[in-house]
Amino acid sequence: MDKPVDKTGIKIGMWIFLYSEIILFGGLFVLYAVYFHMHPESFVEGGLKLDRIFGAINTLVLLVSSFTVAASITAIQRSKKMHAIWFLLFSIGCGCVFLIIKYFEWGAKFAKDLYPNSDTLLDGEPGLNVFFGLYYTITGLHGLHVIIGMVLLLISLILVIKNKVTAERYAMLENSGLYWHLVDLIWIFVFPLFYLVL
Amino acid sequence: MSEHEVEHQLSYGFLALILAGLIVLTGVTVGVSYIDWGFLNVPIALFVASSKATLVLLFFMHIKYEGLVIKVSFISTMFFLAIMISFTFWDVAFR
Repeated sequence: MDKPVDKTGIKIGMWIFLYSEIILFGGLFVLYAVYFHMHPESFVEGGLKLDRIFGAINTLVLLVSSFTVAASITAIQRSKKMHAIWFLLFSIGCGCVFLIIKYFEWGAKFAKDLYPNSDTLLDGEPGLNVFFGLYYTITGLHGLHVIIGMVLLLISLILVIKNKVTAERYAMLENSGLYWHLVDLIWIFVFPLFYLVL
Repeated sequence: MSEHEVEHQLSYGFLALILAGLIVLTGVTVGVSYIDWGFLNVPIALFVASSKATLVLLFFMHIKYEGLVIKVSFISTMFFLAIMISFTFWDVAFR
């Protein structure tokens, strides 16, 4: 019954996975850096076409959700089950808000004929095409991570409700939280690089 | 063995303080972006982003309270990432 649990080992495993995610997005940022160097004017032009208000709101949504995920871990450590449940529900809600804003943002770009293979991009500056290619690749991959993060948080939430995640053993919640924070971390770099380059 | 695995609890208040710091830095990065700093635009944006990332990593992700293995392996990853980005960039910039 009382098998020893290697809490540190569980966390190290999660961190090693997160390192691979960091390198994955790092590779995309290398592409960004190189193409920015080759087409600086187009990147500035592309950046000005993005809505920095949408971007800023999404940044705040992710930051707040990161806070509530961190707070849910504190709640579990203190055996405050109801607090943890509400914090997690709120975080998952933030994930939904993020994706809905992203949907409207992409929709607005599609309406302006700015999407991969659109006539405007194919006939326009090559740099602008590359900028929007990177924009859709990176924000799309990031959006996929938001969805995965929400699923992990949902699983943790169910385990909290079923008393499988408790003050004695909450590695699942902690690792899901780490993943969610990583999603937040990536967005912290995506936001200035795409929305704020002048 | 288990004596070493001390759990660190961060109070709601402390976490909220970190959140407040992150929101202020977001405001700074948006505000600063309306001014054209010339070639400093990207370095300034990246500096603020790195400060935010540091806050998230240290406190939300508890790195400050982790053991040596996670700290050292994380720094190694950052070191590798820096090599990957800077060496590629030098190659392209001075071709």
